[in-house]
Amino acid sequence: MANSNTSGSALAVSVADLSKAFTMHLQDGIVLPVVEGACFDVAAGECVVLGGPSGAGKSSIMKMLYGNYAVEGGHILVRHRGDMVDLATADPRAVIAMRRETIGYVSQFLRTVPRVSALDLVAEPLTARGQKLEAARVRAGEMLARLNVPERLWALPPATFSGGEQQRVNIARGFITDHPVLLLDEPTASLDATNRRIVIEMIAEKKSAGVAQIGIFHDEEVREAVADRIIDVRAFAPKQAA
Amino acid sequence: MSSLFEDAAPLLSVDGLTKFYGPRIGCRDVSFDVYPGEVVAIVGESGSGKTTLLNCISTRLEPSSGTVGYRMRDGKTRDLYRMSEAERRLLMRTDWGFVHQNPADGLRMTVSAGANVGERLMAVGERHYGRIRETATGWLERVEIAEDRIDDQPRAFSGGMRQRLQIARNLVTGPRLVFMDEPTGGLDVSVQARLLDLLRGLVADLGLAAIVVTHDLAVARLLSHRMIVMKGGDVVEAGLTDRVLDDPQAPYTQLLVSSILQV
Repeated sequence: MANSNTSGSALAVSVADLSKAFTMHLQDGIVLPVVEGACFDVAAGECVVLGGPSGAGKSSIMKMLYGNYAVEGGHILVRHRGDMVDLATADPRAVIAMRRETIGYVSQFLRTVPRVSALDLVAEPLTARGQKLEAARVRAGEMLARLNVPERLWALPPATFSGGEQQRVNIARGFITDHPVLLLDEPTASLDATNRRIVIEMIAEKKSAGVAQIGIFHDEEVREAVADRIIDVRAFAPKQAA
Repeated sequence: MSSLFEDAAPLLSVDGLTKFYGPRIGCRDVSFDVYPGEVVAIVGESGSGKTTLLNCISTRLEPSSGTVGYRMRDGKTRDLYRMSEAERRLLMRTDWGFVHQNPADGLRMTVSAGANVGERLMAVGERHYGRIRETATGWLERVEIAEDRIDDQPRAFSGGMRQRLQIARNLVTGPRLVFMDEPTGGLDVSVQARLLDLLRGLVADLGLAAIVVTHDLAVARLLSHRMIVMKGGDVVEAGLTDRVLDDPQAPYTQLLVSSILQV
């Protein structure tokens, strides 16, 4: 298996022969292959960065790892409650359970919910896992403070926040839980240097806590600071263009 | 809620449900399960069969064939169409809610807001006036209707308030399953957003299962865990809501998703 580096630490994610093609029914059924034969393992405590130019399929792999893109072929084994479960074939309820307990995700853009305050948005992953609202809000406040989101904004819905503020809310929401697997889809794209460094620290802390992290980072400074390994996804490019 | 999705048995099991209107198809061979705490959206355009399906599941319209099983509070699953009419009515009054698109279909427009909520409580055996009024006030507050409106009739309410009142009336008995038919249809967008947020919070806090019929994909995205896409009476696609919306597979779903106007 390519890029295997799991000796010593427990395997958290194992991607095998993963492929993805889009069938565009509205464009005469054109088939657009985007990923073919992707294979890599990620151990607990490791941060693996998906590298390669735009359009190479990094985001598609990421979305398959979270279950919001359907998998064409292959397997995504994720350690969930002690067993390796195949996310590629898991039914929707199993995917939801895996997201709640095992797989966290920090997306590039915040999907805002009307009228829900930044504080509650950040606290939500904890309340969804059964924690009390008050305790979750305290923890959410700590996360927002650490990421320098001014306290006067906490009670407001983030729809009107700046790009960088929204992204920090998103990061706080993604990092607040102790999910054993964390997917990072360009979490630092619109941050200033100070906040970038804070995110680098937070990623390092997750590593120490044994979290397996898989990320896309266009920022070279961040990539160098956090990556234990870089996987060039060009190795998984489809053999023939459509 | 930590027990969410961990119940082994579904609350509702729809199996091979088909409804003909004479020779015409209403919905055909629909099967799916709903588990406690789960919100399932049924989407499709007018005439896709989504409302027919909802009515067949909620015993408002007898299907031509197929079964609907419901797990009663005693843990036993019963076939809804093999129950007596009285048993079905009791289920609808107590264990189920039904939120209509038009609040006038779900409310009594000429009795007070408080009585609209209290009536459902009385149907489950509550007789103490003080407690009924107290519970009704609590629910009105929860759906953001000011306490001083409790004695007003819903005729005097705006569309958004009526819809919130209908929701309070349905949820006051602590149902385990709520059916919603276009719950935000016919409301202004700002009112829709408020209602959606309210519904989202209530469903999560109460651990309700819900089946929401909507033609609005944004409503499905915000409220539901899973989605069923219908066209011409058939289910053309089903799955995790964000998977269906981010990576639609069926030609019709791709058309639906690509037709959303970006603002």
